Amino acid sequence: MKSLINFFEKVGFSVTSRIHRLGTATRLFFLILLASGESFKRFQLTMKEIYFTGVMSLVIIIVSAFFVGMVLGLQGYYTLQKYGSSEAIGVLVALALVRELGPVVTALLFAGRAGTAITAEIGLMKATEQLSAMEMMAVNPVGRIIAPRFWAGVIAMPILAAIFSMVGILGGYVVAVIVIGVDEGAFWSQMQANVDFRYDIVNGVIKSLVFGVACTIIALFEGYDAPPTAEGVSRATTRTVVTSSLVILGLDFILTSFMIGG
Amino acid sequence: MSDNLITIENLTFGYGTEILHKGINMEFQRGKVSAIMGGSGSGKTTILKLIGGQIKPKSGSVSVDNQIVHKQNLDGIYKLRRKMGMLFQHGALFTDLSVYENVAFPMREHTDLPENIIKDLVLMKLNAVGLRGAYKLMPTELSGGMARRVALARAIALDPDIIMYDEPFAGLDPISMAVICDLIRTLNDALGATSIIVTHDVAETFSFADYIYFVADGIVAAEGSPKQLMASKLPFVKQFIHSEKDGPVPFHVSAPSYNSDLSL
Amino acid sequence: MDKIKFDAWVGIFVAIGVISLLGLAMKVGNLTSNDIRETYSVIAHFENIGGLKPRAPVKGAGVVVGRVKSIIFDTEAYHAIVKIDIDKRYVFPKDTFANIYTAGLLGEQYIGLEAGGDMKNLSEGDRITQTQDAVVLEKLISQFLYTKASEED
Ligand SMILES: Nc1ncnc2c1ncn2[C@@H]1O[C@H](COP(=O)(O)OP(=O)(O)OP(=O)(O)O)[C@@H](O)[C@H]1O
Ligand SMILES: [Mg+2]
Repeated sequence: MKSLINFFEKVGFSVTSRIHRLGTATRLFFLILLASGESFKRFQLTMKEIYFTGVMSLVIIIVSAFFVGMVLGLQGYYTLQKYGSSEAIGVLVALALVRELGPVVTALLFAGRAGTAITAEIGLMKATEQLSAMEMMAVNPVGRIIAPRFWAGVIAMPILAAIFSMVGILGGYVVAVIVIGVDEGAFWSQMQANVDFRYDIVNGVIKSLVFGVACTIIALFEGYDAPPTAEGVSRATTRTVVTSSLVILGLDFILTSFMIGG
Repeated sequence: MSDNLITIENLTFGYGTEILHKGINMEFQRGKVSAIMGGSGSGKTTILKLIGGQIKPKSGSVSVDNQIVHKQNLDGIYKLRRKMGMLFQHGALFTDLSVYENVAFPMREHTDLPENIIKDLVLMKLNAVGLRGAYKLMPTELSGGMARRVALARAIALDPDIIMYDEPFAGLDPISMAVICDLIRTLNDALGATSIIVTHDVAETFSFADYIYFVADGIVAAEGSPKQLMASKLPFVKQFIHSEKDGPVPFHVSAPSYNSDLSL
Repeated sequence: MDKIKFDAWVGIFVAIGVISLLGLAMKVGNLTSNDIRETYSVIAHFENIGGLKPRAPVKGAGVVVGRVKSIIFDTEAYHAIVKIDIDKRYVFPKDTFANIYTAGLLGEQYIGLEAGGDMKNLSEGDRITQTQDAVVLEKLISQFLYTKASEED
């Protein structure tokens, strides 16, 4: 009996604490929006963060995209070939990348590469009282530290996703056209006939924008909310990856159903 | 009495449910060096944070320049903080900026000074703490005492009216200590600043502070000028001044009796 | 020094991003190829549209000449009214025939336009009168089975 009550207590506590955290994260989001003036007035601040989140993620994005594209090319070819429509390989690779894999895989990699770095950095700044010190110097840490990182993430994500899709398609091209020998003209023309700018490419960009907002907010919040200890920061870093991944996949489903339904 | 820059009245505060301060009254006079002393964990750092408006009192008030800190909105608090400089207990240097940029930080944020003037000012401040030669280093390349001196240079970067030092002497060798002591005194007298020093260092404090508060058990246990305190008969003050092990100031954090914890 | 480094790298980064996006738009997507800008719309009534969807291609002799704009159900006549946007560059006679075809056996459905011999051309708001419904596979199969069954009787 007692253990049952204990169990419910635990469930209740974890639910309320989660809701509480969601509330705090939302509040942080609005604080960031309010304090964003400086991120644009002194764009240098944001620029530096774009360097750390975007440019530093470039290598992992390009390499992964190339491999993902090559795998898509191989798998797609062997499946399509059974139905005698191997020229459709271009469409398959392009649609898979532009609609889904580009935005989603980029966001997952971003969470692992840039998100964790952001969480650890903010968490440590808090643990070593750097944020406190900034507050005491009458500088709002949300405006000076958090907001530039937020906007950098939001700007970098769609750019990375576009690069991912394009490099992935090139990977698919290398495998399908150069290695396997699918007709090059068919590869590109089928792709062009079936990939719609507005409905496929723009929707992909919209997705990656939403993921950019979600990933960066999660990373920033986890860092800002981390207990000021080494253990607290390391746990927060892990939570950034786990939460971001779940949120990205969940959001992807919701966005996709809206985009296809609409 | 109208000369008080900072007044703390009946202040109570506690993190969570535990009460840390149980009605503290302090007055810091303009242009004076005041010290707050007390055992570790007696809430000295917390008092500085209350003055800076980083936390709100449970009851009572802290007023700076006749303005009640916790009644200000964010803009008001920021306005008050611009008059303050604070040396954090652990330095709290920005680890992603060099020593130079750390000291330049408040200037860049709050002034539009051209780069060459900022450079002169930064080097001047660093010279005052004896670290002009280290301006290129990153905070991770500094020793603890050096980091603290850089933090001191940063705290005084904008020549604030109120300077709060949280343990400025910890981790300093006797020579730097004497230099920093001098510096605090000079800053205070030359700039007409008001200084609050949190410290454990009895000898140094008694030698140069104008007024001293002893905090214990959440209240001001004793106060007065160094002379008055030296003459004090309070057992508590005597214990502290002569650093005796046994006396009214407990070394241990309040806990159930030792025997019961060891289940004897 | 640092400033220049950040600026340069971020500049390169954004440039690669823009090139990728342009590549996606031009080379991968259809922004250039069949970019249908100015259109005129006509309507056609169908008894059954099968699986036709808004934005499905409209083809003349296999060339994409337009897109299905919208499909609504007419509650008075109980048939579907399909609105079609056709590129201004392509003109069709008034007695053009509109069929709903399926690409391949199970592919997506599109509208095929077959030009008639009228001297006047279709223009904004006109109605294509001659239409042929989609072939509904279920119907075909049941018809087939029915005729088979009746043959056997
Ligand atoms: N952020 C916090 N959350 C919860 N409790 C805290 C927090 N900061 C300090 N405390 C508690 O408040 C008490 C007073 O802390 P404070 O830092 O003010 O002490 P102090 O007098 O400066 O000590 P020391 O001389 O060791 O620096 C301590 O018991 C500490 O455990
Ligand atoms: Mg302290």
